Amino acid sequence: MTKKGFKIVVLAKQVPDTRNVGKDAMKADGTVNRAALPAIFNPEDLNALEQALSIKDRYAGTTITILTMGPGRAAEIIREGMYRGADDGVLLTDRKFAGSDTLATSYAISLAVKKLNPDIVIAGRQAIDGDTAQVGPQVAEKMNLPQITYAEEILAIDKGKAVIKRRLERGFEVVSCPMPLVITVNASAPECRSRNAKFVMKFKHAKTVTELQESTSDYMELQSRAYLRIPEWGVADINADDKDLGLSGSPTKVKKIENVVFQAKESKRLSAADADIESLMKELISNHTIG
Amino acid sequence: MNNIIVYCEIEDGHVVDVSLELLTKGRSLANQLGCKLEALAIGHDIKGIEKQLFPYGADIVHVADDKRLAPYQTLPHTSIVIGVIRDEQPQIALFGATSVGRDLAPRVSSALHSGLTADCTSLEIGEHTENKTGKEYKNLLYQIRPAFGGNIIATIINPDHRPQMATVREGVMKKEIYKVDHAGEVRNADLAKYLNDDDFVLSFLDRQIEKRKIDIKNSSIIVAGGYGVGSKENFNLLFQLAEVLGGEVGASRAAVDAGFAEHARQVGQTGVTVRPKLYIACGISGQIQHTAGMDQSAMIISINNDPNAPINALADYSIVGDIGEVVPKMIKYYKQNSK
Ligand SMILES: Cc1cc2nc3c(=O)[nH]c(=O)nc-3n(C[C@H](O)[C@H](O)[C@H](O)COP(=O)(O)OP(=O)(O)OC[C@H]3O[C@@H](n4cnc5c(N)ncnc54)[C@H](O)[C@@H]3O)c2cc1C
Repeated sequence: MTKKGFKIVVLAKQVPDTRNVGKDAMKADGTVNRAALPAIFNPEDLNALEQALSIKDRYAGTTITILTMGPGRAAEIIREGMYRGADDGVLLTDRKFAGSDTLATSYAISLAVKKLNPDIVIAGRQAIDGDTAQVGPQVAEKMNLPQITYAEEILAIDKGKAVIKRRLERGFEVVSCPMPLVITVNASAPECRSRNAKFVMKFKHAKTVTELQESTSDYMELQSRAYLRIPEWGVADINADDKDLGLSGSPTKVKKIENVVFQAKESKRLSAADADIESLMKELISNHTIG
Repeated sequence: MNNIIVYCEIEDGHVVDVSLELLTKGRSLANQLGCKLEALAIGHDIKGIEKQLFPYGADIVHVADDKRLAPYQTLPHTSIVIGVIRDEQPQIALFGATSVGRDLAPRVSSALHSGLTADCTSLEIGEHTENKTGKEYKNLLYQIRPAFGGNIIATIINPDHRPQMATVREGVMKKEIYKVDHAGEVRNADLAKYLNDDDFVLSFLDRQIEKRKIDIKNSSIIVAGGYGVGSKENFNLLFQLAEVLGGEVGASRAAVDAGFAEHARQVGQTGVTVRPKLYIACGISGQIQHTAGMDQSAMIISINNDPNAPINALADYSIVGDIGEVVPKMIKYYKQNSK
């Protein structure tokens, strides 16, 4: 008798909503006030969650764990995932993770995934605050697992292999790949189902210990209903090496950040004179619109 | 001297544009650094592929030709790229930000523990002084990219790890023949050494890729022409501007109806809706049916000889003048001022 269902880990990230930078998020100098942007479940990670849920629908006994790395408040998206059908979650959080680039992030995540030991890892293709699409493949490499990127649909799982439809620039392909594996899911995949009222009731009190301690110091309450505890894992829990984390574990460094200044739409009049056209082209080059 | 290497994608026996654009960029960086430019071509039945790569400035072409290497799959391509990079020790490695490059480059960077910057819009050579230690670095690759949904522009460097890796989208860099008769050396990659049997775990059950066709939707720069362009011949001016800027040509319905441009290029209510970074409207009056398809563009420039054309109300810059005069000047001053 083969084991029932699959153990799935969904990688999810809480991100600032960079898509709708409204007026309130603009500072007087025309730059973006990141703190004013709402924190949301990264959109393609929701597409990833839906793929996991659809496997759970089809293969009884499947469990879904949401793994997220971030500050304490990122527990919000673990709850959000549980409201939609995930079973549990783990918050990977430690000051030592701060300043990690994609490589150091992938290192920490891969250690946490190893500890969870799933059959399938599913992540969104990329996060909207970075748009790099690097963490999925890098986690796969660190775990020495095959990767299937740009998945649009996990069609079937049969005899230890997942059959997946991938969306490419001008077409698609269907591949079969042995498990365990890492899958990244595209925005073109089906949208995630909405919250289920039953799960909201069940999990609205699911909290990390840190969150609980903020609201109560009652020993009994802190000990009760252990299934509602969202575990927090730090560096020691995943046996990570400090030097591979944070700034020291990140080969890439940010040398310079320039804020893009948005001007109010006010049409500038130019003539066909050489001087006008030349200064326009110079301006477009210097603000990276062209070139 | 450590060289620059470009991973070249091949489709139906042809090197794709983004790879040739990267070779063009790689050539100018190599000249600046005084090193050689290497190209890595992986595929099947690609004998003679170097003939397409030498004119764009490649000095050395590594060829990996095997029937298991096409279509692209992650693991074997990764093994070959890692193997060649370990043997050649390039200082810079460039990949197209395509579905292939964005699958491959992160995996390679993870294995080599070298930093990777995705979707660069500009690559430059520069120096760096480490704040804490005062250590000085010369000839680093500045990897410049928008971040945070385009709200900031970041310059990324990899001071201590090699190769410095970057991906770049198609159309961002210029593609330019370096020398028609530029000659180089071909090296066959040692596949027996680089590949492992367990690299071939995938099986392809189906694969359908369409031929390239006109698709202006994904272009970040659109030069669009209207009835005011006057003729099909004059549209060539717009194609030239689009080519130097790395954009596509769009059109109004009046221009399409007049036969100046194909219908696939029509923008508007009965055409496509576009949201490029830059939309240059040439000889387009700006009727609502047209503007409905482009008013979400991040920046709009209009060129129109009528100072009261409605398009000007939408434009960030309106140039009042004749297309025949303005467009050639834009090409000229872009070329003079871009690196
Ligand atoms: C149901 C419906 C659907 C439609 N759908 C679309 C659609 O999808 N897309 C679309 O584009 N239109 C659409 N239209 C048509 C639309 O209403 C306009 O007729 C069309 O957009 C006008 O095109 P135009 O601006 O190129 O031409 P015109 O309106 O003729 O404008 C030409 C402009 O060029 C300028 N000009 C002339 N010579 C020069 C010169 N030498 N140098 C500089 N400027 C010059 C003129 O000043 C003028 O502003 C639709 C119409 C209808 C009724």
